[in-house]
Amino acid sequence: MSELSVNHLLGIKYLNEKDIQLIFETADHFKEVINRSIKKVPSLRDITIANIFFENSTRTKLSFELAEKRLSADVINFSAAQSSVKKGETLIDTVNNILSMKVDMVVMRHPNPGAGIFLSKNVKAAIINAGDGAHEHPTQALLDSFSIREKLGDVTGKKVVIVGDILHSRVALSNIFALKLQGATVKVCGPKTLLPKHIESLGVTVESDLRKALNWCDVANMLRVQNERMDMSYFPTTREYAQQFGINKTLLDSLDKEIVIMHPGPINRGVEISSDVADSKQSIILNQVENGVAIRMAVIYLLASQIK
Amino acid sequence: MQRLLRYIPQKSLFLPYKSAGHQLMSQKVLLSSKEIHIILHRLACQLLENHLDFSNTVLIGLQPRGSFLATRLTKILKEDYKVKQINLGLLDITFYRDDFRRGDKPLEASSTQLDFLVEGKKVVLIDDVLYTGRSIRAALTAIQSFGRPKEIELLTLIDRRFSRHLPIQPNYRGRQVDAINEEKVKVLWEENDGKDVIYLIDR
Repeated sequence: MSELSVNHLLGIKYLNEKDIQLIFETADHFKEVINRSIKKVPSLRDITIANIFFENSTRTKLSFELAEKRLSADVINFSAAQSSVKKGETLIDTVNNILSMKVDMVVMRHPNPGAGIFLSKNVKAAIINAGDGAHEHPTQALLDSFSIREKLGDVTGKKVVIVGDILHSRVALSNIFALKLQGATVKVCGPKTLLPKHIESLGVTVESDLRKALNWCDVANMLRVQNERMDMSYFPTTREYAQQFGINKTLLDSLDKEIVIMHPGPINRGVEISSDVADSKQSIILNQVENGVAIRMAVIYLLASQIK
Repeated sequence: MQRLLRYIPQKSLFLPYKSAGHQLMSQKVLLSSKEIHIILHRLACQLLENHLDFSNTVLIGLQPRGSFLATRLTKILKEDYKVKQINLGLLDITFYRDDFRRGDKPLEASSTQLDFLVEGKKVVLIDDVLYTGRSIRAALTAIQSFGRPKEIELLTLIDRRFSRHLPIQPNYRGRQVDAINEEKVKVLWEENDGKDVIYLIDR
């Protein structure tokens, strides 16, 4: 208890079940802190954190920055669009330049899978992966599980279906690892073209009928169709996708039981999820965003306490 | 020196013999259950004298060990001295401590249960042992997150004299102890440890 088995958060793959429980218990305390009238604690006064984003992000970047500030860390932000990366600087050079300004921790999002792992082997700082290509997005998976735990009491034994663009989704992969680690049953559902080959080898089942999948599950995590990552056409039209794999109020109301709806954001309203479902009381999308700050505070706090 | 030691029998009476598992440890009872009972009642009376009906006063126990004392005092005030309403909160100071990353182990948090604001209230901070004063320093910072109190007082069951790192003194103290730094004061509570007793342990 009370120490993580890792010094970087590169992916859920490298965590064990105890780590996840420790992060959740710490996040419980921080959730109480961020609901106070004064939402700030001075723990990380002597820690400097660099947020390095080589890919666009609104929610994750804001959430990390807020978490860092609530812990009183000093924060520097860097986005690739306005940087020397454009002039041909390598990743290690960029980060080492930032680190020579005495930075203790790096939060990085990068379009290439494994960028965080590469960095952790070459750079002396604690690394948090905020999404690396279609590989992993560990804090999102943690906050998703944390939200399920908050809503349903426990993750163990729950049935979760992940719907949509599994192929391009780092959220899906991290979620599968996290849910399996906590003893949940996972199903994926989406058009055949957007399901990776051999996905069953991760211990999940595949379903192509959305209604069947929804009737089976306790929680449905609706993923965004990642048009920006699609180099070819994976389905005929957006309208057809919405009809086959989008969830709407009629479908939701016709199910045998009340299920919990989640979405990692940003939402394409009317594509994977209709507006009335996104705003319904079964949806915990905004709770996910709130929990995101608490989870990120917990991860940063725990990793920072292990910096030697 | 190494060579010299080799000729001295390991369990020599003249050498302090210390190794894992064989640590010399003696403990003596500092306060018995009966003494604790008397002291708690005295502290309750002193609180009562200064705060009367507790209408503008809140008691705040510091997690984890101060919460037992705070809960016990509240119980005595309510049951034996007929105080109708007492605001009791529990405050965790982990995130406000000044030894983050300086100890061997990461700090482990407890929960904070403060369902009222301390704005304009008289606050009594309650902890079992006052040693260096650093926990109380952290508590003074932490309490600001819940408003600006009118005044803050400090109550401790055991006050270890001559060991303070900061200029902090209690307003109410159970027993003053002159313990040296190697010694440790251990407070056990019936509800948690099975009996009320305070030990002075020689480490």
